[in-house]
Parts: sequence; C-alpha cells; structure tokens
Amino acid sequence: MNTTRRTVLKGATASGVLAGLIAAGALRPTQVMAAEWNKAAFEAKDMAGALKGLGAGSPADSKDLILKAPDIAENGAVVPVDVVSNIPKTTSIAILVEKNPLPLCASFEFANGALAEASARLKMGQTSLVKAVAKADGKFYTAQKEVKVTVGGCGG
Amino acid sequence: MADPMKIRAQLKGDVTEIRVLMGHPMETGQRKDAAGATVPAHFIQSMTVDVGGKRVVDGQIATAVSRNPVFGFKVKGAKVGDKVVVSWVDNKGDKRTDEAAVA
Repeated sequence: MNTTRRTVLKGATASGVLAGLIAAGALRPTQVMAAEWNKAAFEAKDMAGALKGLGAGSPADSKDLILKAPDIAENGAVVPVDVVSNIPKTTSIAILVEKNPLPLCASFEFANGALAEASARLKMGQTSLVKAVAKADGKFYTAQKEVKVTVGGCGG
Repeated sequence: MADPMKIRAQLKGDVTEIRVLMGHPMETGQRKDAAGATVPAHFIQSMTVDVGGKRVVDGQIATAVSRNPVFGFKVKGAKVGDKVVVSWVDNKGDKRTDEAAVA
C-alpha cells in the first residue's frame, strides 16, 4: 500500500476545497488572518521575541516609514503616537515600545483603500525607544524614536 | 456592557479621516490595587473598522494601549453617507460594535 500517495491525495483535496472557498469569497484571506490574536508576539517579553512573533525577524530601517511621537512625554499613561508609511504596498503596521514589559502594543492590517497610517495612544513605563514596523510587499521595514517619559504609565 | 464608542468620520478631499474613542479600562494585569492585590488584566484584544461594508482596518492590540483608547485611520474612496462600523473584543469576551456615517 502506498501511503505517501494517499496522504498527498488527501492534502490535495483539502487545499483544493480551501482554495475554492477563498475564490468564492466565503473565506477571505484577511478574515482568516484576523481569527487569532497573535499571542506569541503580544506576550513576548522582549523586542526580539515580539518581532519574531510578528514574523519580522530583523527589519530594515526605512526613511519612508514615519513615526511621530513626542520627544518628552509628561504622562507615560497617554503617549500619542502616529505612524505613516509611504512605502508602496504597505499592508500592516505594528507599534512597539522597547522597554515596556510587553513590547508589542498594537498591530494593524489595512485593506480596501485604507491608507497605511495609524495613530494611537500608548502607555510607557519608562523612557524608551518606540519602534514602528511596517510590512510592505512581504518585507519588513522599521523606524524608531526615543521618547523620554517623566512619569511612568505602568504600575500604580 | 461597555460605554458606546465615539466615532467621527470626516471626508476631506478624497480621504476620510476616522477617529474612534473606545471606553475601556485597558487594565494591564501589572497594576496593584490599594490592598496590594494584582488587578487582573482586562483589555481590548482586537478591533476592526469597516467602511461601506468593506473591512478597512483589522487591528490587534495589547495592554500597552492607553485607557479609553483613541485610534485614528485614513481611508480613500469612501463617500459621504457611507456607514463606518467599528467593533472590538476584549480578553474577557466582552464586545461592542458602534457605527457612524461619513460626514
């Protein structure tokens, strides 16, 4: 009995059905990706782990990724951050704070005419680099800025 | 049930600016209350924005986002009157969906 052949055939049928569903619009790829909260990335306790969880590895610096954040944040509980990607085909943007207990703050995926731009307010425990990571055309890019925090936003 | 969101969607030229304010404690799970007990984490995990029936932003967020989160996005190609629907789900399974129209 040729088991390898069986497995291959089974696999082929399953992926064929999946492709059919995607084509029919019943399972749009974006929805498939949205299903799970990216636990590995969000619960990573250091920058490298968070980047790994995002699948970003070591992203390249880019001048076309613009990260706007204050030089000095008086209140670490509310630090306004604005990220704009001018890199063509940017599909997602993630925001990370290096010295937070859990560095990854947020990640956004864009579709259907949304510009690769997001603003949010973050908590920062202490003075740290804030990093933006953009995914464009399958590659990862990054930009960073140091924000000085005078009163931390974590703890009581 | 959480408080309603405040959603503003304004068409400027051909770009619609969307701003959302969500009412949520965004508890980190690291803070301690007066008695010294850790306050359990309670935060929004995922959020989506749909404009005119199409998903435009699909976001995942964590505890490092401030209390009562505010997000801003920009979308091209929307028209005045298009429906903007924003939803979120938190780590306890609470959810909320609100909508507004592009002005």
